[in-house]
Amino acid sequence: MEKVKLNIDIKKEQEKALEMMKQQGERILVCTSTGCSANGSLEIIEKFKELGANVGTLTKEVKMTAVPTGCIGFCAEGVLVVIPDKHLTYVRVKLTDVEEIFESLKNDTIVERLLYVDPAIKQSIKKSEDINFYAKQTRTALANCGHIDPESIDEAVAVGAYQALAKVIEENDQEAVIKEVEDSGLRGRGGGGFATGRKWRSVYKHRGGKSYVICNGDEGDPGAFMDRSLMEADPHKLLEGMAIAAYAVGSDEGYIYVRAEYPLAIKRLRLAIKAAEERNLLGKNIMGSDFSFHIHIKEGAGAFVCGESSALIASIEGERGMPRPKNIHMAECGLFKRPTLLNNVETFANVPLIILKGAKWFSAMGTEGSKGTKTFALTGEVNNTGLIEVPMNTTLRQIVFDLGGGIRNGKKFKAVQIGGPSGGCLTEEHLDMPMDYDQLTKVGAMVGSGGLVVMNEDTCIVEVARFFMNFTQHESCGKCTPCREGTKQMLSILERIVKGQGKMEDLDLLQELGEVIKTGSLCGLGKSAPNPVLSTLKYFKDEYIAHIKDKKCPAGVCSALKSFEIQEDLCKGCTKCARNCPVGAIEGTIKEPHKINQEKCIKCGACISNCPFKAIVTK
Amino acid sequence: MNDKKTLFINNIEVEYTDEKTVLEVIRNNGFDVPTFCHRPDLTQYGACRMCIIEQDGKWIQASCTMPPREGIRVETNSTKVRKIRKTILELLLANHKRECLTCEKSGNCELQKYATEYGITDIRFPKLEEKDYAVVDDSNPSLVRDSSKCILCGACVRACSEFQGHSVLGFANRGSNTVVQPMNGRCLSDVDCVYCGQCQAVCPTGAISIKSAIDKVWDVINDKTKKVVVQFAPAVRVALGEEFNLEAGENTIGKIYAAARRLGFDLIFDTNFSADLTIMEEGNEFVKRLTKGEKLPLFTSCCPAWVRYLETQHPDLLGHLSTCKSPQGMLSPVVKEFLPKYYEGYKKEDIVVVSVMPCTAKKYEATREQLKGETDLVLTTQEFARMIKTAGINFKNLKDEEANSPFGKYSGAATIFGASGGVAEAAVRSAYYIVTGEELTNIDFVEMRGVDATSRTKDAIVDIKGTKVKVRVVSTLKEAEKSIQELKAGKSDFHILEVMACPGGCVNGGGQPTSCLDATIKEKRAKGLYTEDKNLAIRKSHKNPDVLKLYEECLGSIGGEKAHHLLHTTYSDKFKGSYKDIK
Repeated sequence: MEKVKLNIDIKKEQEKALEMMKQQGERILVCTSTGCSANGSLEIIEKFKELGANVGTLTKEVKMTAVPTGCIGFCAEGVLVVIPDKHLTYVRVKLTDVEEIFESLKNDTIVERLLYVDPAIKQSIKKSEDINFYAKQTRTALANCGHIDPESIDEAVAVGAYQALAKVIEENDQEAVIKEVEDSGLRGRGGGGFATGRKWRSVYKHRGGKSYVICNGDEGDPGAFMDRSLMEADPHKLLEGMAIAAYAVGSDEGYIYVRAEYPLAIKRLRLAIKAAEERNLLGKNIMGSDFSFHIHIKEGAGAFVCGESSALIASIEGERGMPRPKNIHMAECGLFKRPTLLNNVETFANVPLIILKGAKWFSAMGTEGSKGTKTFALTGEVNNTGLIEVPMNTTLRQIVFDLGGGIRNGKKFKAVQIGGPSGGCLTEEHLDMPMDYDQLTKVGAMVGSGGLVVMNEDTCIVEVARFFMNFTQHESCGKCTPCREGTKQMLSILERIVKGQGKMEDLDLLQELGEVIKTGSLCGLGKSAPNPVLSTLKYFKDEYIAHIKDKKCPAGVCSALKSFEIQEDLCKGCTKCARNCPVGAIEGTIKEPHKINQEKCIKCGACISNCPFKAIVTK
Repeated sequence: MNDKKTLFINNIEVEYTDEKTVLEVIRNNGFDVPTFCHRPDLTQYGACRMCIIEQDGKWIQASCTMPPREGIRVETNSTKVRKIRKTILELLLANHKRECLTCEKSGNCELQKYATEYGITDIRFPKLEEKDYAVVDDSNPSLVRDSSKCILCGACVRACSEFQGHSVLGFANRGSNTVVQPMNGRCLSDVDCVYCGQCQAVCPTGAISIKSAIDKVWDVINDKTKKVVVQFAPAVRVALGEEFNLEAGENTIGKIYAAARRLGFDLIFDTNFSADLTIMEEGNEFVKRLTKGEKLPLFTSCCPAWVRYLETQHPDLLGHLSTCKSPQGMLSPVVKEFLPKYYEGYKKEDIVVVSVMPCTAKKYEATREQLKGETDLVLTTQEFARMIKTAGINFKNLKDEEANSPFGKYSGAATIFGASGGVAEAAVRSAYYIVTGEELTNIDFVEMRGVDATSRTKDAIVDIKGTKVKVRVVSTLKEAEKSIQELKAGKSDFHILEVMACPGGCVNGGGQPTSCLDATIKEKRAKGLYTEDKNLAIRKSHKNPDVLKLYEECLGSIGGEKAHHLLHTTYSDKFKGSYKDIK
């Protein structure tokens, strides 16, 4: 292939950008992701500026710049302030701490009290890279997240953005790009795990006419925020990945479908598109070549089902977001009936590095069938919640206990819900299983988009199943019968069980309905909707039976199954509980131990919160 | 295209050629699977999941959206699929208003049928809370919607959008709260529904049904002070037999007349007579416009759904619409005005005109401000069949009878009104005579014929002694809208635009016996009409002796004052605003 001459030397642009960054002096990175900004990070940046950062009034030696960044990852410890040159990470920073940090930077000292304290060793960690949460990660897709200002294209270029795009346009070989992606073994990070290269090739096969590249940013799983963080923290990486894909399959128009609940992501993507078009890194005749690529943002209205590819396409077309039968492949007939390539945010974000570093570098990470790294949103009852990225051969144990720092408050690990409402439950027996696509599918779970909710012994598994079923039931589009009607019945059965009104036959009915919905539904939402119930039924049947037969919730969560009791030895007969009981269920004379009439008790918990002697317990 | 391939259905090797889905292969080979949402004339949908099959003993697939592949093994009835289907039926029934015995669709309901076939005797799921948005909407003269009987197969939504391009019905809410309704939960009379009834025609349950006039008709029949006359639209004669296990397309008009007499109607007339009358007036109107070169193209006005569509969507084009009333609309005032002249003891005020139509929109037409008091009651083909059944008349064994004079005779041109293209063809047959004074010899305009999905827009050019008359024939309002847009863009030069709102015309009307499961039924019905046309001695409207006699004895001249008063009408602007105005 004859090389294409570009009118932009991206490497030179990078040098220029790096030089500009050097002028900033000491960079103070302040996380401005949605979570940290809710905790006041924007005010923190303003305070730094007020004190003299950014404006250049300080002497040359102490010049510093407060940089708003995307998600730095360690969300549990936000607001995070990172000083990369000094390898410092300050956690839980408040507005009142800013002056002290500012002074310490001027004097080259450390604010010890703001350092992260590892709960396991009870010592503060001086260097960022020694914090377990970061040390155990391999950040590739998230490499720049938290390190650059997502609203500055210069900072993106400084860390290498658009070099991979320049490379593919220059080398002028679409097939080679697809081959590289195929060889990398990259699989769709949106949940299905379909081979990305194969998908690209099938769209490439239908090249010639108009075709589209769509990025699925409709991350809707409760507890998942990987794609959001990526879009907020490094939007140019996504744009570059999409542009490379468009180049490879011969498309000139793309859509990013983002939920409207992600206003910051939308804002930053819009800014990024505009900046890239102004620099001629996107848009018409990119870098002086024949290749043009325009990206639109389509705001979704927050329907979970719109993350399903065909519903997403219907939504872009202006129709109701309902999945369509997939007898004709999207690669042939997708958006506006044209060949369409659809990948999710993280998938596209992996592409630039695969092009730059090569398929071999990528496929060296991970397992036989699942290459590379995967981002997860680690949430729930784990010490270190946040955004992580690990190779796909990492085990659940490493994630929960090494990275995650174990279960909060020394409680016992019970299970992990992976893949959101479409995923399944993993238990202790799966702790040493690598988190790859095939292994997870085998045990009835799925990578999904990558939400990891860690649960401890205080979590009622039946209630968890009910919660997710409630979610899918409300988010079902209502099109196909098994999903629409079946999930409703499953939900009503689960509601009966947590209220203590379940019957043993209900378990068989749940199982049967679950299988009917799984096999009979139209789209992925329905086909995976019963997973949380089926996998918990498999691993925690005892708990279901306890709810039904013994009318007990072993975790003590389901209030209808709780009984409130006054411990006689602790009760001083102060009558406070009796006075606060709204239904008059507590009887007893003053200075004598009281008793709760179980028939009257409505289990509201008012007695517990009012007892000064902690004499009331639930059983 | 036609190379034969094979696959296996229930271990039997079958051939297939250009079938698009496994469902078609299954049905073409003597097997069947249940369906609710599949309708051959609508797009594939894949929602009800009743048609699932097991492929190669491994995968469960919906056969209605699955393309056939060489050599695959399809099981239509394995334990697995039977279990899923049964569960789906139970799930649907759990949430359904199960008052089958008193349901309009009882006996004709697909949900009921499959529940019986699958032996659903027990529903393991409790009925969950009543939907508070479940409403019975009987706000309009034509249709009744009861959303508590809706199984959300989406057929009505597709019919409204794919046939009429109109999307009066759509989905609202999500999950189990999903419901089909007009915009913002309004009732049908409050939106621009044209009452074509295609939603009803494709509805597998009683969620959308025809607003029945049966009881009122019984009442007038039994009222000794009334003289009740009945008229039958062209398309009724080739469809009614289906309700009595006769072949689709079999012309049973002789039996229909006989049945009507046995039901107690005093006089039996035929709307075909007034179809001929329509041609006289409309042909005359067309020739006038053609010579003056004004208000062209002429839009036909037989279809009330089309008329309402223009009134609500394109009132600026109402001038194009022929001022002629529809055949139903013409016969009723003629009967009331002139019957006393021919029949002793008939007084205008005692006469009740009942019409039997293939159409739900005709019920609406009869209530139009301009036509009030003319047609008193409108029955659909379905309702008329039910009356025959109620009366215990053995329809199949009835001997053919004749309609009463003087409004019972008709030409072949009138009978083809029932198929898309028929009105235009009939008009051309007579217009030629009006213009030239000569008779056309070849009167079969095949290019205007055809009622299948590929024939929804047909163009023909007729040479009337050097004047090339361009005829555009359209069925469905979606296609009509395309012609309107062409017209508005100045890109069309046709002289006549015939529009029928139902796909294929009145043979496939919203009031006909259910035909949505078999796309060929409307073709058979149309064939029945064209066969009758061919076999009739008189095939041109202006040759109908009774029509000529009517002008001579009662109406005076064609397009004259009396004719104008009785046979023509006006239209009104019903435009409420366009979605483009919504800010």
